[in-house]
Amino acid sequence: MAWTREQIAARAAKELREGFYANLGIGLPTHVANYIPEGMKVILHSENGMLGMGPFPYEDEIDPDLTNAGKQTISELPYSSYFSSAESFNIVRGGHLDLTILGGMEVSQHGDLANWMVPGKMAKGMGGAMDLVAGVKRCVVVMEHINKDGEPKLVKKCSLPLTGMRVIDMVITSHGVFEIDKHGNGPMRLIELAKGVTLEDIRAHTDADYIVALKEEKVAA
Amino acid sequence: MNKVYKDALSALEGLTKDGITIMSGGFGLCGIPENSIAALNKLGVQNLNIIANTCGVDGFGLGILVDAKQVKHVTTSYMGENKEFGRQYLAGEIEVEFTPQGTLAERIRAGGAGIPAFYTKTGVGTVVAEGKEHKIFNGETYILERALRADIAIIKAWKADEEGNLVYRKTTQNFNPQMATAATITIAEVEEIVPCGEIDPDHIHTPGIYVDRIFKGSFEKRIEKRTFRKREAITEIA
Repeated sequence: MAWTREQIAARAAKELREGFYANLGIGLPTHVANYIPEGMKVILHSENGMLGMGPFPYEDEIDPDLTNAGKQTISELPYSSYFSSAESFNIVRGGHLDLTILGGMEVSQHGDLANWMVPGKMAKGMGGAMDLVAGVKRCVVVMEHINKDGEPKLVKKCSLPLTGMRVIDMVITSHGVFEIDKHGNGPMRLIELAKGVTLEDIRAHTDADYIVALKEEKVAA
Repeated sequence: MNKVYKDALSALEGLTKDGITIMSGGFGLCGIPENSIAALNKLGVQNLNIIANTCGVDGFGLGILVDAKQVKHVTTSYMGENKEFGRQYLAGEIEVEFTPQGTLAERIRAGGAGIPAFYTKTGVGTVVAEGKEHKIFNGETYILERALRADIAIIKAWKADEEGNLVYRKTTQNFNPQMATAATITIAEVEEIVPCGEIDPDHIHTPGIYVDRIFKGSFEKRIEKRTFRKREAITEIA
């Protein structure tokens, strides 16, 4: 037992706060928008040039001139704004966003992230990910705990080309939640276990060094 | 000076030759210069250096030029949606310089602003930083990134006036405004050309000084991922 992808997204949504300006990456991170608590205003940034990204449009309101960074058709909200890519990345690189949630292939115990390339096999490109991890105040990764070959994704040192070095603050996997001090002032900490996951499961599937620092109420859940 | 041209082929006349560098606006298939890309394909120019955030998809957008093997080198941030591009890259048939998206936007902006290079934190500790000057400011490490310029920028706007003042619509803006500033010749294709005075000067995104040639195009506006939600049943409140 572990968290499903939807449960990972739901857990990640708990990192949002009222009034946050946030960027959600492509894929699993996009699902986090479905779990924003009712009544909480979170302004979503889309790096192709929009703040205040709305939900998918109704079918008869689809507009090819309105898409998100994942190239999906979306809608606007009363407080939305549009701008150029240069402006969009002023927002990212200037440290104006409160939070970004990204997918990951590997995360190291020091907060290094690899999520854009597998040499010789897969080259998607980094898109805006390197800018996001370098510029956004707080960076959270959501991912499965192990890859398709059954290998740990939380590692001592990333084997894949990096997206950023010492940039990740938190990792939410299918197995639990880990906190990282990216300034190197302490070890990675396991702070929550996913439902049905044991400390032994985590130990068996994690390459990275970490300490167990579970928050009490989460153990009971 | 007349900036208005009949179509893409006439706007490109006398400008293209093998090996030139072309900036092409758009993000995915949103806000791309469909007509100029098709014309470049028709003209058959070879060994192109393309600067673009993405290279379209197989069979549409810049993917047309990649499929026809007209492209030698690409400076881009993302190729995820284009199988043939990925195949050519992994087979070593096309050169690719991956540039982080924000660095790409800023390199183009710098190119248009007379700034030869700038420092950024993006990419520090990654392959992007290899071979680049590193410098510490206020205790943080930055790398030096160089500006980009092109021979031609092909861009897409919603509306132009006869002076070449441009207005974009929604998320089609993306890389178009900066690319307009960073090329020797900028060609803008638009959905409508109006007489000067019809666009409120307060609403102009790109001033005409950056725009050399404009033409009215026809646009398919292909959608890459058509996502929508169901309309909830409306409950009448008495």
